[in-house]
Amino acid sequence: MPAIRKNSFAARLVDNSKNYLFIIPAVTLFSIFYVYPFYEIFNLSLHQWNGISPHRTFVGFANFQELFSDKIWWQSMWHAGFITIIALTLQNALAFMLALACDRQIRLKKFYRVVFFIPPVLSEIVVGLIWQWILYAGMQSGEHIGLLNYLLVKTGWPQLVHNWLSDPKTALACIAVVHCWKGFGWGFIMLLAGLQTIDGQLYEAAKVDGAGSWNQFRHITIPMMVPVLLVVMILTVLGSMQVFILILSMVGQGLGYHTEVPVTRILDAMIGTNRFGYACAMSVTFGAILIGISAFFKILSNRMKQA
Amino acid sequence: MEINKYLLQRISNSIITHIFLMAVTVSCLFPLFWMVRCALMTNATVFTDKSFVPHVLHFKNFITAWTEGGFSVYFFNSVIYTVSVVVGIVLISSLAAYAFSRLDFPGKNFFFYMFVAALMIPFPGSFVPLVVLMNKIGWTNMRYGYILCMINVGLSMSILLLKTFFDKMSPDLEDAARIDGCGRLGIWWHVALPLARPAIAVIVIFNSLNVWNEYILANLLLNDKSLMPLQRGLMVFQGAHSVDYPLLMAGLTIAAVPIILIYLAMQKHIIKGLSSGTTVG
Amino acid sequence: MRKLLGIFLCLLMVVSAGCAPKQQDANTITIWHWMTDRHKAFEALAQKYEAQTGVKVKIELYAPSDAYTQKVIASAQAHVLPDIYGILDKKEVFASFIESGFVADLTDEFKKNDSEWENSLFAKALDVNRFSDGNIYKIKPGIYGVPLDVTNIQMLYNKKMLEKAGIKTPPKTFEEFLSDTQALKRIGLAGLVSGWGEQWMINCFASNYAFNIMGEQKVMATYKGEVPYTDPDWIKVFNIFATLAKEGALAEGVVTKPNKFAEQDFALERAAFAFNGSWCVNVYNDMNPDLAYGVMLPPAVSTAFPMKIWGGAGSSFVVNKDSSRKDKAIAFLKWLTADEQQQYLAQQTKNLPSNKKALSSIPQILSDFAAVMDQTTHPSIWEYNEDPWVAEKFAKGIQSIIIGEKTPEEVAKEVQTAKQQELEKAKSKTN
Repeated sequence: MPAIRKNSFAARLVDNSKNYLFIIPAVTLFSIFYVYPFYEIFNLSLHQWNGISPHRTFVGFANFQELFSDKIWWQSMWHAGFITIIALTLQNALAFMLALACDRQIRLKKFYRVVFFIPPVLSEIVVGLIWQWILYAGMQSGEHIGLLNYLLVKTGWPQLVHNWLSDPKTALACIAVVHCWKGFGWGFIMLLAGLQTIDGQLYEAAKVDGAGSWNQFRHITIPMMVPVLLVVMILTVLGSMQVFILILSMVGQGLGYHTEVPVTRILDAMIGTNRFGYACAMSVTFGAILIGISAFFKILSNRMKQA
Repeated sequence: MEINKYLLQRISNSIITHIFLMAVTVSCLFPLFWMVRCALMTNATVFTDKSFVPHVLHFKNFITAWTEGGFSVYFFNSVIYTVSVVVGIVLISSLAAYAFSRLDFPGKNFFFYMFVAALMIPFPGSFVPLVVLMNKIGWTNMRYGYILCMINVGLSMSILLLKTFFDKMSPDLEDAARIDGCGRLGIWWHVALPLARPAIAVIVIFNSLNVWNEYILANLLLNDKSLMPLQRGLMVFQGAHSVDYPLLMAGLTIAAVPIILIYLAMQKHIIKGLSSGTTVG
Repeated sequence: MRKLLGIFLCLLMVVSAGCAPKQQDANTITIWHWMTDRHKAFEALAQKYEAQTGVKVKIELYAPSDAYTQKVIASAQAHVLPDIYGILDKKEVFASFIESGFVADLTDEFKKNDSEWENSLFAKALDVNRFSDGNIYKIKPGIYGVPLDVTNIQMLYNKKMLEKAGIKTPPKTFEEFLSDTQALKRIGLAGLVSGWGEQWMINCFASNYAFNIMGEQKVMATYKGEVPYTDPDWIKVFNIFATLAKEGALAEGVVTKPNKFAEQDFALERAAFAFNGSWCVNVYNDMNPDLAYGVMLPPAVSTAFPMKIWGGAGSSFVVNKDSSRKDKAIAFLKWLTADEQQQYLAQQTKNLPSNKKALSSIPQILSDFAAVMDQTTHPSIWEYNEDPWVAEKFAKGIQSIIIGEKTPEEVAKEVQTAKQQELEKAKSKTN
């Protein structure tokens, strides 16, 4: 080894090339399955094409031009952003609290660990049906059919009875809450896995120094968890920005344009109105925005590490 | 007095914690209960019977769902797909993540961010080119074509997560292993992988669920019924218009069992990371 | 590690076992379809056909229909479509499939022996697959698909609920309908439910009334761009929805209901009226066999023009032009639409058959549906179709009217603006 190390560039290259072997399987798969489709998406975004015909008309950046002035597209982006913000705060706070609770010595923690993972396992079909019923607005023989409205009346809040999914003010919020409920299990296990890797000796040492539990949390847990929190946040952003099956199963094709999100717009342009070029332009723009957001998180976490 | 106050505070704290945990638990268990409850009813009673536990329990629905849905074949296929994809992902992504975290080579960052960026491109855009490509290389209607494609789908996220965990690994252990004469591959297998067990458990759960519930790609890339995964069996109960809810729920319950078992097996490892007493962090 | 690798290698062997490239069998035809509820009946028929002729028919089901559509579009690009498949889309898309050479022209087959095949089927059902002279898609005139069954979309009423509200006969006019829903409301029953979370169902209902108010010609003229959506007649159409909402004639939350949920509501007697297609006979029967209901046309609001409802071929198959087994595929489709097989399908799947002679074997409620087949029309037989993007604006605008967010006039203006943009784009394309 030392002999090689002395030998400058060429030898390092040989050594480095062995390191490449580690990523070769991953890169091979990547280049097979992603390079061509991604190239095609970008290529199609410069064309006008209905998805079937052999003729594609090259239109340059016209699709992008149209997209940038497409109010509904940006509105859908904001809707996804809204769901994401709720998920980042509500869902991750819930997940973190539950993970902290289950990391401690409490009763039934094995039971909780299993139960909290049920929502992610449930099929979207069940989730859609259940929440349709909970949020149902109609009445039959004088009683509310929907569980939420029924409980509101029974507990003396009849003034809060509401048509939850058909009111632009509440529809998106309902979807966001259901999304958080469906997704917090993921944050929970990832954060729990992260908490497990923190060395218990650190806490012991802090205790000896007289640090209270809040200080332990602030100065040990949080800094140690920053990398995992970052991953959880990035995955939350990706999961929430790309949410759509849940929306389809809760409000069908949507309440006007109030429940549109980017992926439903892309699918609509593709299958609904057969504008593949435009759909691909949406995909490219959307991807670029998501990359931007993730880069922002990365920079943020670097700052936090330095601080 | 002091001690009493302290005790009181602790007890009230733990009561609040438990009430909170219980509330979340109920919301998680209820849909599961509802699903199984529906699975035990008939199409005529599923919407009309309001009783908490239905009067007549149709356990036969599970058998009917299994045979009507042709689950024997689909279940076998799904097991094959899930196991191969998950094993493939764990091996390939941990190799790559280890390299990104621990080894040096030109273009390292480029490749890493390439994988991360791939997470961001929304899937619906790529299905037409993907099918065209798979046909060109003759991988449609082939088990391995679908498996490789699914491995690729799960790679990015797994690399990202594993790299985060490898980054936290202390270099001491590696050095110790190197002195013991381990090569890079040896360190990856004997040191890095065991240490990242919690993260690998998460990856196994995440990807199992993903593959087990996957339907869109299977539908696009496979033609023969004999190659289709479990989700295809569930489609039998959902007509374009009419839905057989009890059988659908019975099918969904059957489909949920393996995932819950995988989770039960894996979540132990998420916790065990600590008890093995290694110094990660 | 060895154990893991061992498992992995074993799996690889299992996986690669089924990998030998399959021989294209000249005696086997393949069908791709999306009709979950008819799959068993198809398979039974395929077996019978193999016994009779020795030709093997392989039937593959891909559901739900969205996934099926994706599969067909992607497979068309990869040139791997099967011998027989269905196109579940607008006429425009159908035309594009034909133009791209994915669909065989069946006109000669239909015209053989004095149009024997053509005459055995309902004209309305064939129309959906027909391209007439001078069609705007510039497709060679002819018949390109084989209809399996017919459907139409009408209104249904719950007999028991109407009785409870003291209504003796189902409403004939829109005013009667409104006063009936008022009577229902008084005793706490909801009026009309429909799957208006799905755009096409809104457009379908609106187009029925547009035909009733201004007649086919004026509707077509609108699509062509000669009549604006701000025309008083169109405002009347939008106003129908405003009135329905204002009078409380609609079930709560109707604008976010996928049709499946709307069907549940009617089957469970949560609403007295429904707007739904003839397939509902199956659905209601599954969910509530005791449901007593009848069929009626949407109550007319005007006497100027007749009420038209959507109807025609429910599902059709086309033949792949590139298939080497085209003759065998056509022969099978002929057999499938012959009297005996159509009767079998109608009985097994409770759909209206496309073969005239098979009508005798269907239940009463389905015959009621079939009785008004003459009053049906469908976008796929119209001379012009609205641009899908404008149609989306139209449907979403109506949702806004129903939830009281916008007035009919505002929506009319918005739809017209979109229409104008579309027209300008089309003009710049031709220039």
